[in-house]
Amino acid sequence: MVVLETIGFIVLTTLALTSAIVVVFHRTPIISALALAFNLVAIAGFYLLLNAQFLALLQVIVYAGAIMVLILFVIMLLSISSESGLHKSGAIQRVMAPLLALGCAAAMGFAVYRGSEGARFVVSSTDFGTVRNIGTDLFTTFFYAFEAISLLLVVAMIGAVLLAKRRL
Amino acid sequence: MLKLIWLIPLLPVAGVLFNGVFGRKLSLKTVGTIACLTVLIAFGLSLGAVLELAELPEGVRQFETDVATWLPLGELGMGSNLTIPWGFGLDPLSSVLLLVVTGVGFLIHVYSVGYMKHERDYARFFIYLNLFMAMMLLLVLGNNLLVMFVGWEGVGLCSYLLIGFYYDQPFDKRTGLSCADAGRKAFIVNRIGDFAFLIGMLYLVIEFGTLKFSELNTALAAHGGTPGWLLTGIGLLLFFGACGKSAQIPLYVWLPDAMAGPTPVSALIHAATMVTAGVYMVCRMSALYSATPEAMAIIAAVGAATALFAASMGVTATDIKKVLAYSTVSQLGFMFAAAGVGAYGAAIFHLMTHAFFKALLFLGAGSVIHGLHGQQDIRKMGGLRVKMPRTFITFFVAMLAIVGIPGLAGFFSKDEILAGAWNSGNKVIWVVLSVAALLTAFYMMRLTWLVFFGKYRGDDATWSKAHESPALMTVPLIALAVLSIVGGWVGIPVVMSGWVGFGDINKMHHWLAPAITEPGGSHAAATVHDAGMETMLIVVATVVAALGIGLAWMFYRKDGAAAVWAKRFGPVHNLLRNSYWVDEFYELVVLRPFYAGCRFFTAVDRWVIDGLVNATGATAEISGQVIKLFQTGLVRNYALMFMFGVLVILYYVIRAV
Amino acid sequence: MEPQWLLVVSALLFTIGAFGVLWNRGAITILMCVEIMLNASNLAFITFARQFDQAEGQIYAFFIMTLAAAEATIGLAIVIALFRLRESTDVDELNLMKW
Repeated sequence: MVVLETIGFIVLTTLALTSAIVVVFHRTPIISALALAFNLVAIAGFYLLLNAQFLALLQVIVYAGAIMVLILFVIMLLSISSESGLHKSGAIQRVMAPLLALGCAAAMGFAVYRGSEGARFVVSSTDFGTVRNIGTDLFTTFFYAFEAISLLLVVAMIGAVLLAKRRL
Repeated sequence: MLKLIWLIPLLPVAGVLFNGVFGRKLSLKTVGTIACLTVLIAFGLSLGAVLELAELPEGVRQFETDVATWLPLGELGMGSNLTIPWGFGLDPLSSVLLLVVTGVGFLIHVYSVGYMKHERDYARFFIYLNLFMAMMLLLVLGNNLLVMFVGWEGVGLCSYLLIGFYYDQPFDKRTGLSCADAGRKAFIVNRIGDFAFLIGMLYLVIEFGTLKFSELNTALAAHGGTPGWLLTGIGLLLFFGACGKSAQIPLYVWLPDAMAGPTPVSALIHAATMVTAGVYMVCRMSALYSATPEAMAIIAAVGAATALFAASMGVTATDIKKVLAYSTVSQLGFMFAAAGVGAYGAAIFHLMTHAFFKALLFLGAGSVIHGLHGQQDIRKMGGLRVKMPRTFITFFVAMLAIVGIPGLAGFFSKDEILAGAWNSGNKVIWVVLSVAALLTAFYMMRLTWLVFFGKYRGDDATWSKAHESPALMTVPLIALAVLSIVGGWVGIPVVMSGWVGFGDINKMHHWLAPAITEPGGSHAAATVHDAGMETMLIVVATVVAALGIGLAWMFYRKDGAAAVWAKRFGPVHNLLRNSYWVDEFYELVVLRPFYAGCRFFTAVDRWVIDGLVNATGATAEISGQVIKLFQTGLVRNYALMFMFGVLVILYYVIRAV
Repeated sequence: MEPQWLLVVSALLFTIGAFGVLWNRGAITILMCVEIMLNASNLAFITFARQFDQAEGQIYAFFIMTLAAAEATIGLAIVIALFRLRESTDVDELNLMKW
């Protein structure tokens, strides 16, 4: 069991990191988008590995299903090919970006190293990650947040329609 | 009436307020009447108060009243006991000055009504004149140094206002001084003296904790542990202030230029009252000065030197008022010399008689100027006694008085000064004063001769229009002439009254004695002089006076003699004509460095202080120019800045954990 | 499998996403990199939820997912609007706020 878990982990890690790198570095936006889809599925795999079934499903449905499609739509709509033209941002951008990213990695790595002394996964309870478990908390403890976020979605919809209209 | 002495300075203030509000619309007669009335009532009150004072027994002949508290510093818990009241006091010393100021002041007010007939702005004139009276009375009646100082400064202010009365007229063609400049010069030179006066007052406060005269006298009589040098220092500081106010060396330079003001102003302020404030102050502080022989010696020396110095300049002056101005400085020198040798009573006596005849001389000069429609140069006068008989007679009487002809006022006071100088042991002072007296006689005779005798040297048009002055002007002249004759009779020395068999009728001496502290710490007892010596001195003084008059008559008898003498004594004459170039010296040594300092500080103000302020603005601007470069407008650069900020926050968060 | 491993993965993904935001010029690619970052944080949340056996972390992840959806919507709408203006999705074209 443990061996399977470890193999699964390694496979998923490879997938996730590789697809992320493709997203960042590839010239064609369509390929980036598809790579992102792979990344999202890999993350869903991670969730499954962690016993969070409901969220794994949600990840696939919402992220890989809805958001990815949306992005693909827009890419097709605008017929974006690859990037071209001068780099107006100047050299400072190309120097500082790797530096800052490295700094970020260092900081987070340091935090993980220091902060997770003796951290272990416990044997999870049988209803960890079930719909019932999450649903109960969602509709009792986090009720107001739930309502708020639904409102947020309405607002986002209206906003998107307004922004993208050709004539108001 | 004694209880009402606080009212005396307030009466002229009423005149100021009334004329200040309504004066512009009223006629000269009304304005003048109001002004004169306030002074007359003040004189009446003063007379009543002095008479009441005289009824008190000799030992307790003083009165004080504290009307209100001014500076209750003791109650403020600042660790001092100093309390300064608005206090007024009357004792024999201030009584003399009180009557002189109000009496002579009243006569001059009446004269001014006639003199200012053709002037514009007469309301302003009488307002300033009344204000001056109020301030002078405050000075005289104050029972502590600070109230006196208020009056001191106030008369300085009024002097400035009145000298610069014709503010838009030029005054001295030779130096380019305007009347306004002359006023400023007077005020500023006064202020230099006042600064020393203030410091002297501060030291008095530190040492004695009070400024009230009565308390100071008590403290000084107690021979406390005050070191001699401190007393000398205070005395000299106060005296320096007196030099400024009473025009002694080195601060006399403003008085000749003060002649820019109208003649009644010269008569009142620069002859009879304001300039005598210094003498009054010194005599008031006689307890202090009698305790420091060093200070007294310096005062005597300065006084005598000034007397001689100024008299020499009066010999060659050609403006009728300037001669009288130098004469005033010289006579003030006499008074200070008297105080310096310990004869305080003599100084006050001379102050009184001098007020009479000097005011008379100035008013007479004003009458002459008025009659000649503005001519002031004596080279263009002559033979005016036929045209202005009353002016001539009163002027002549005054001349005799100032010269010291026996029987007239000046004789008795001057004699007492000379006797005091001789008896103090300092014969040098006596010699200097006698030479000054000789010169006094000389230049006064010169003046009288050149103005009233001989042939008229001006232009015919002025001669034909020359006229005697109206009654409003000549009546005060006559009154002052009478005073110049009889005014000295209150101080007839024992020696002389002995000739005719009377005893000691020197009323002045007796009246003043309790108020003055003689050297040696006791009040002046009737000092017994060597009768023979004193008679000798009287004879010498008379001979000197007669000699002066005779010499002047000899020199100037012939027509055109003045010019001849000027050429004969070429360089000496030049020196005297230019007043020893003292003004130019001050300009070079004091004023030029001062102006350079002013220019320096202007530069500091403009470059350093303004520079600092501007630099602050410039810094803001430049830093703005630098910081704006961060705003490239490019979203990616902003994203970089985001990231950077996130890393900073991460750093702090991780550090905390 | 330890929590640390997953957290390292999350950190790496986040870094790659951040780098992508700073490096790329295309607006949509930037948006996609932002999605990567969000996912990385989601992974961290779920890891911690699993570590302490709580539903709370999953709920946070749920909300973040919803938020990401809303944000992607608006972001893409803005990209479309800007495309109409500049005829390209290059973010360097949007430089009117220069000093």
